[in-house]
Amino acid sequence: MLSIESLQKRYPTGDLALRGVDLSLEPGAVLGLIGPSGAGKSTLIRCVNRLVEPTSGLIKLDGQNLLELDRRRLREARRSIGMIFQEYALVERLTVMENLLSGRLGYVGFWPSWFRRFPQADIDRAFELLERVGLSGMENKRADALSGGQRQRVGIARALMQEPRLLLVDEPTASLDPKTSRNVMRLILELCRERGLAAIVNIHDVVLATEFLPRIVGLRAGEVVYDGSAAQVDESVLSRIYGEEDWSAMTRRMNADSVEASGGLPEERDVAVA
Amino acid sequence: MISPTLERSGGQTRLWIRPPFIQSARLRWSLWAGALIYLVLAIGSLEVNWARLSLGLERGLAFVVAFLRPDFVSRWDEILIGFQESLTMTLTSTAVGVALSIPVAVGAARNLAPTPIYLACRGFIAVSRTLNEIIVAIFLVAMFGFGPFAGFLTLTFATIGFMAKLLAEDIEEIEAAQLEALRATGAGPMQVLDYAVLSQVLPRLAGLSLYRLDINFRESAVIGIVGAGGIGSTLNTAMDRYEFDSAAAVIIVIIAIVLCAEYLSGWVRRKVQ
Repeated sequence: MLSIESLQKRYPTGDLALRGVDLSLEPGAVLGLIGPSGAGKSTLIRCVNRLVEPTSGLIKLDGQNLLELDRRRLREARRSIGMIFQEYALVERLTVMENLLSGRLGYVGFWPSWFRRFPQADIDRAFELLERVGLSGMENKRADALSGGQRQRVGIARALMQEPRLLLVDEPTASLDPKTSRNVMRLILELCRERGLAAIVNIHDVVLATEFLPRIVGLRAGEVVYDGSAAQVDESVLSRIYGEEDWSAMTRRMNADSVEASGGLPEERDVAVA
Repeated sequence: MISPTLERSGGQTRLWIRPPFIQSARLRWSLWAGALIYLVLAIGSLEVNWARLSLGLERGLAFVVAFLRPDFVSRWDEILIGFQESLTMTLTSTAVGVALSIPVAVGAARNLAPTPIYLACRGFIAVSRTLNEIIVAIFLVAMFGFGPFAGFLTLTFATIGFMAKLLAEDIEEIEAAQLEALRATGAGPMQVLDYAVLSQVLPRLAGLSLYRLDINFRESAVIGIVGAGGIGSTLNTAMDRYEFDSAAAVIIVIIAIVLCAEYLSGWVRRKVQ
């Protein structure tokens, strides 16, 4: 559904952030993008919805080349690409409900959105999603009154309000504690599976990545240096992505986790509790 | 008492003084001397008319005495009309000025506006802030004649510059992540402004508007003196007629209203945070 071909991005400062990235994603497939800081992970996913304008290359979503769309068509295309952010990027002073409904802005006109008169279907959908991410009854709380885990759930729900086909997830767990991180990752993966969404998940935590994500793409200095199954990520692969280091302790932990994960997603009871 | 350390270092005390801002002692002292000579010459060049000064002091004393028994009664109608004009001028110019300042502020924010629009809006702000209200008022009184309409235009113009500059700075400091997130949903530019920008700057917008309401009332008293209507005109007339007791009444009412406005705006600002 998504194919990226020889994607290049050069920033005005002259830094070449992406040097010809090729990547393709099947419908409903989920991949983890790992790599050192500055490798171009953030740039790559922001090129997909053109929050960052690529310098050259091709990005096709269901056959449509995203890079040649005019502004209006681009806004239409963005509706089907949901995005989840590291620091949640909620509008802090607005209520949880307004944050969720802001995911529908691409579908409603300016005046209805100004007066917060969204179609009933959108409101029903918002309540449904709130329940699904475990935040029932929170609709009138202000976003800045929530905890980190709760905020990220609002961020996830907002992305799903768009009814996307593809999710771009940028470091969803970087500001969360380990347990909340696992809950949030599990929630994202479950929702992708339920709704058949494809997703690209940028993630720093290699252990978490290999545990939850079946396919791993390693980015180093703007180039793909690994693209394969999570099970095959070993010391040599980590060295290829991050550089030489004693990776044995980390790979031991990854192996221990993958034994536990052999039956699919690791299950825990408290999915909906943050 | 001499500490053991000092005795050990042979009884030598180590003094410390703060290093002077200007290193060279000669330059430092000649600057002081220069300043002193200038001051003496400057005072020497003043031509003081002692007769005029004593007359002024007498009038000043009359004024102070008048202050002790302000006369609200004899010119009450004029004072009332003056205040009505001033308050009308203040409210209308603040409302119109704030409304117009919002688009200018968006245009003057580096993170939202393309360069040509940015430069145009910043240019307008610079002009509006450079020209003092009194100068603008003199100009507009010449164009539109005496009366509160010129005052309304003056204060509107000043309000736009003031609000747009401070609001633009606030917009430039909003969290870029929220902007990005709203753009990523496929929202149009106006919707992004509403959800990501307005919601973040709203408390500041409300606070600044109330502050400006304060300033506009005070300014309305000042620009009245050059003919732009309002309480300033009343005050000016009273002074011209040497009716210091009425003038004192006007000033007391101005002070009371400014105090009330300040207290009120502070209260509202605390509420909207």
